[in-house]
Amino acid sequence: MSTAPRQTAAGAPSGPGVEPSDRGTAVEVRDLVKRYPKAPVDSLAGVSFDVRRGEVFGFLGPNGAGKSTTIGILTTRIRPTGGRAVVAGVDVVADPVGARRVLGVVPQQNNLDRSLSVRQNLLFHASYHGIPRARRNQLADALLEQFGLADRPEGRPDDFSGGQIQRMMIARALMHAPSVLFLDEPSTGLDPAARLFLWEKVAGLKAAGTTVVITTHDMDEAAELSDRVAIIDHGTVLALDTPERLVRDMHSERTLDCTVEAGPTGDARSLGLALAGLVGVRAVDQLDDPAGTGWRFRIDVDGEAAPFVAPVATLVADAGARLTDVRLGEPNLEDVFIHLTGRALR
Amino acid sequence: MSPDGEGTPMDTIPDPGTVGPDVAPATAFAPAARWGPWRTGLAILRRDLFVTGREFPIFLAQVILQPLFLLFVFGKVLTDLGYARPGYQEVLFPGLVALAAVLTGLQSTALPLVIEFSYSNEIEDRLLAPLPVGGVAVEKVVFAAMRGFVAAVVMFPIGVWILGSIPWQASTGVAVVMMMVLGSMLGAAMGLILGTYVPPHRINVTFALVLTPLIFTGCSQYPWPSLGHLRWFQVVAALNPLTYVSEGLRGLMVPYVPHIATWACFLVGVIYLVVLMAVGMYGFNRRALS
Repeated sequence: MSTAPRQTAAGAPSGPGVEPSDRGTAVEVRDLVKRYPKAPVDSLAGVSFDVRRGEVFGFLGPNGAGKSTTIGILTTRIRPTGGRAVVAGVDVVADPVGARRVLGVVPQQNNLDRSLSVRQNLLFHASYHGIPRARRNQLADALLEQFGLADRPEGRPDDFSGGQIQRMMIARALMHAPSVLFLDEPSTGLDPAARLFLWEKVAGLKAAGTTVVITTHDMDEAAELSDRVAIIDHGTVLALDTPERLVRDMHSERTLDCTVEAGPTGDARSLGLALAGLVGVRAVDQLDDPAGTGWRFRIDVDGEAAPFVAPVATLVADAGARLTDVRLGEPNLEDVFIHLTGRALR
Repeated sequence: MSPDGEGTPMDTIPDPGTVGPDVAPATAFAPAARWGPWRTGLAILRRDLFVTGREFPIFLAQVILQPLFLLFVFGKVLTDLGYARPGYQEVLFPGLVALAAVLTGLQSTALPLVIEFSYSNEIEDRLLAPLPVGGVAVEKVVFAAMRGFVAAVVMFPIGVWILGSIPWQASTGVAVVMMMVLGSMLGAAMGLILGTYVPPHRINVTFALVLTPLIFTGCSQYPWPSLGHLRWFQVVAALNPLTYVSEGLRGLMVPYVPHIATWACFLVGVIYLVVLMAVGMYGFNRRALS
């Protein structure tokens, strides 16, 4: 497996899915390096990328890849060892106070003020940011309504579920109308309905013109929400493009997953070799069969997978076995990730 | 939605179809032009005052109980029984005012900081507010000092109630208030150090190891010059910042009792405050930024 960097035009104003625009850059990151004291390797080893204004930018990588460190630097909580980071035109190292005015953060863990009610959490946050009283009352009511929290505004955060806590933190972060909103692993621990609600909200934010940067190790989330995705591992950006383009760049590989019921004669190895001999087949892997009733093969092919079904079935029959299941696979972001890093995400 | 927050997801989540593009104002809202970091600091202070104000009786009970018992047992019981000399109340009272200021200040920074930095993460929203990180630490100290000052002030009516009268000279009133403020700040600065350097799982043992010596070597129950015949203990007491607050208040309230010169108490107190704040701010920055 290749682990060679494949940084496709980080920041270049191209790529389908996002209209070529002059709307400008919301986040600019250049050669960001972070070395923690006593750490054997750099947490960030020169990360560069741009986030365009108004886009949803996905930051995808396994735990420990450098996502949180990057977000920590962009949100002024971690000081970089080197490099440059600019959020909404403000250098986060040179002017952290100015940067905090224009960015909003929704952390992974609940950090709501437990001494305050839901509504007071929103109001005090706005007061820290200098929003006048009348305006913050009005905003709090509107956001509580939009996030489905209006029926218990005086409840304390401890009395709410995980999904509701998440919504409160997003509503709070929006109180000072940040230009860029950072969501750190937003759907971790959420049930499917709450996750769907979150995704709808992010789409709504984008429609309202807010730039959103999301970190996730969830492929579906990255593909569903993001205009563009940066894949990060070992502190470097391996690839950056729209989800569609990243997948398409997988050499248009398709797969067939076959399950075979073994016959009285023949063996898996010789069948595998026979399958690999078909024209257009790139590779054949025998997979573990959890049920243990037969053989499972993953066949990587060039072009469309469907035309291979008939010849595969013939070969299987010739081997005295029976084809019991075939699945045609399209490559997805996870395949891209495995291709780039040589390891699965979770 | 059930009160325990365990309601089923579907009844708590509104129809996404109602979520329009009105989720957030698209343009960044411009706060008042003159908005500066110090106003953010004041807003954070207002939050702390709001929360304390709501539970003011609990706060008072918290800070009053220990000095009240000390005052009652040492100032009233022991003197009435004849185990302490009649004048002892006057030695004790300024010392207990100092103790209330310093201890309350200390506890008002140390415990909240330990909790907010570790278990609750609550401090994050303030660290992400538009003011320098050090400003959050300064606010903590100012607020804790306000609590310490209130605790010290409350000692006066309690003293009148338990002892019948307290030593007080109108001519030194302003200086007494200044010394009480200094003592509260010293306590808060010590709490800043404890709250930022001590890991959460060690805070209990640290409190036991720090508070007891602090309370009993701080000259709140005896005048420092009288320790002349117990030289080593006098040296230990001289290292305790509380000693200068106790002695300073004693000099201002009962000048006829032997005491460390008041100007020296102010001077050493301010030097201690600068050093403790510098150490505490360094620790706070280390915890807040990585």
